[in-house]
Amino acid sequence: MTSLWHGPRGRWAKCFRKGRGGPAGDRAALRVPDRGLDASDQGRGLNAGLRATARNALILSAGPVVLSVGLGLLLAAVAVRALGTSPSEFYSRLFTGTLGSVYGFSQVLFKATPLLFTGLAVATAFRARLFNIGAEGQMVVGGFAMAWVGFAGPVLPIPLGLLLALAAGAFAGAAWGAIPGLIRARTGGSEVIVTIMLNFIAVALVNWLLVTRFALPETVRTAEVHASAWLPRFSDHVGALRGSPLNGALGLGILLAVVLHVVLGRTVFGFSLRVLGEGATQARYAGLPVGRLIVQAMLLSGALAGLAGSSFILGYKRYYEGDFSSGAGFTGIAVALLARNRPLFLIPSAIFFGVLSYGGLVVNSIVPRELLEVLQAVILLLFIVFDRLLQRLPLRPRWGQAPSGDPAVPATGETP
Amino acid sequence: MIGLATAFVAQVLRISVPYALAATGGAFSERGGVINIGLEGIILAGAFGTAAGTLATGSPWLGVLFGVGAGILIAALHAAITVGAKADQILSGLALNLLVLGGTRGLLRLLYDSSSNSPRFEGFAPLAYVARFTGDAAVPGGAAATGPGAPFEGLLLLVGHPLFLLGAGGIILAQVLLFGTGFGLSLRAAGDGPRALDGAGISVSRVRAAGVLLSGVFGGAAGAWLALEQHMFTDGMSGGRGYIALAAMIVGKWRPLAGATACLLFGAAEALQMRVPSGVIPTQFLQMLPYVVTILALAGWIGRSTAPARLGEPYDREEGR
Repeated sequence: MTSLWHGPRGRWAKCFRKGRGGPAGDRAALRVPDRGLDASDQGRGLNAGLRATARNALILSAGPVVLSVGLGLLLAAVAVRALGTSPSEFYSRLFTGTLGSVYGFSQVLFKATPLLFTGLAVATAFRARLFNIGAEGQMVVGGFAMAWVGFAGPVLPIPLGLLLALAAGAFAGAAWGAIPGLIRARTGGSEVIVTIMLNFIAVALVNWLLVTRFALPETVRTAEVHASAWLPRFSDHVGALRGSPLNGALGLGILLAVVLHVVLGRTVFGFSLRVLGEGATQARYAGLPVGRLIVQAMLLSGALAGLAGSSFILGYKRYYEGDFSSGAGFTGIAVALLARNRPLFLIPSAIFFGVLSYGGLVVNSIVPRELLEVLQAVILLLFIVFDRLLQRLPLRPRWGQAPSGDPAVPATGETP
Repeated sequence: MIGLATAFVAQVLRISVPYALAATGGAFSERGGVINIGLEGIILAGAFGTAAGTLATGSPWLGVLFGVGAGILIAALHAAITVGAKADQILSGLALNLLVLGGTRGLLRLLYDSSSNSPRFEGFAPLAYVARFTGDAAVPGGAAATGPGAPFEGLLLLVGHPLFLLGAGGIILAQVLLFGTGFGLSLRAAGDGPRALDGAGISVSRVRAAGVLLSGVFGGAAGAWLALEQHMFTDGMSGGRGYIALAAMIVGKWRPLAGATACLLFGAAEALQMRVPSGVIPTQFLQMLPYVVTILALAGWIGRSTAPARLGEPYDREEGR
């Protein structure tokens, strides 16, 4: 379980869990590869051991990604052939249509933008081993809030109107995310179920607001937001992008990915989340305020998901419309997994899913576009299976498997 | 007046059947320690299987068999991934839901050349004894009933519905199976203390897989009900029912009969949506009801619901927990 959220970084957790010293175990681990060398080779052996460890770590973290994407694309080729189309034509259409032209690629980036936000949201929660399946609902609530501030709020000078709308989206998403956080922290109720339930509640609530007050007559959309809250459309400035919905939300997403890379990787808060992810008991021993961290993680996660609608609502259509999210909250889970919850890896991961998402339209004339929806699911399934299976390979130094007969390493096994 | 009341009760029951079946399926899976978010996909697969089977063979009985088979197929995938490969249960369920949603949509286009629905088909004819009470052929939406049982037509039609009888019987049977048999004891042990089960010489994996497969049977049957009710398959027709079933299962504390009772409550809320003017209680608030009740139950504000102790954890013999 641990490895899924954190790649191959579970070692300190195991030290905590088994109540065994880390350093001794570390020495034992490093000794494994250089068994059989004499003392003079010790230094070189240690080096080789480190290199082997680094290589194994790479296999464990990148292996499932490569295998699941590779096998998934292979299976798709088999399916395409079974449908009576040539796989090479399918793939050449898929890739030239999505990556081969500026316009196509801009469409891919447009599809990738909300996925980047929801992926960041899911990854942030994953760090603390919290399962935010509620990105969808947080996105809906946040999207409605930013649209509402955008059309009903005050008309402000250019950057302020936009900032206010974004803040409203982040705030609403954070509030929606805090509910499962609070329930988890206070009562231990599963955030998985609570976030799923809140997705439905969010949709019903926003629908009620739309139907009773805010929808334009005969539609399921709101009024347009003020121009001061708009994110710029790139098509207004670059001729080659004419007709493309790509907009400034992409820049915001990339900026947030970089910020989160620092926050999650380089700050006390980010480290605390990771400790929490290793287990609440360990975190408590480390003196961390577990309940507060859970709520903070969910607040941050919800805020990120709340911003996911900015591309559609402030950049593309510039109004709120029912069903605008088109499942980005759920796809975000797959995006975060394939990026192994690393904020910067989320960018290529979101683009990959953007290719699959827009690619459906590109290949629709030769195979049903649903094939690519199925492919996304298959890749996700293959990923979780390979992730688990690779853990079973003898790649990771395992505590309790020190070379037998070595008196320097205490005998291991269940502590009595 | 009686007619109105019985019609309402019959409507509640009709709405509740798929929820109750799927919640029972969920209880089998989760009592064994395997989270089954994939219920939604299982229901959808069951509905598609039923429609395709009925359309291909002309027999609703075979159609139901196909539907249940499709449910079992998806459940078997879930079992292979979570029990066999010990991969993450929540992610497997979510991915299977996406798989079935995209897959049925694709098959709909390939088989029936439509992006929204399959062709229409006839379902079960009500069992013959119903006609004796209602005095006509008792076809829903057909000629008005005239016999002595006329005010109870809706209920009589249900009692004459083979799948309703099978489903209700199945849920009672499930309760007995879970709490009154050796297999039920093993299944609950697989979810609460798999190590003890292992120690007793019973394969935890096998018992868990059986629980997941049973969730496929019941979830597939729930889908079969949906397809038969609407006389066709429509894109995404499970419509979140798998999640409501999970909710009912939690509110019912992972017990089939209590879960079915929760489903009746949820079903009543849904039936009210069509009858109460939305000025009195907005439809959307009635829609929220199951989800709100579930959150309250999980948070412990109304009758604390506690999951099986080892729910969600793959059983690893070497780790021994």
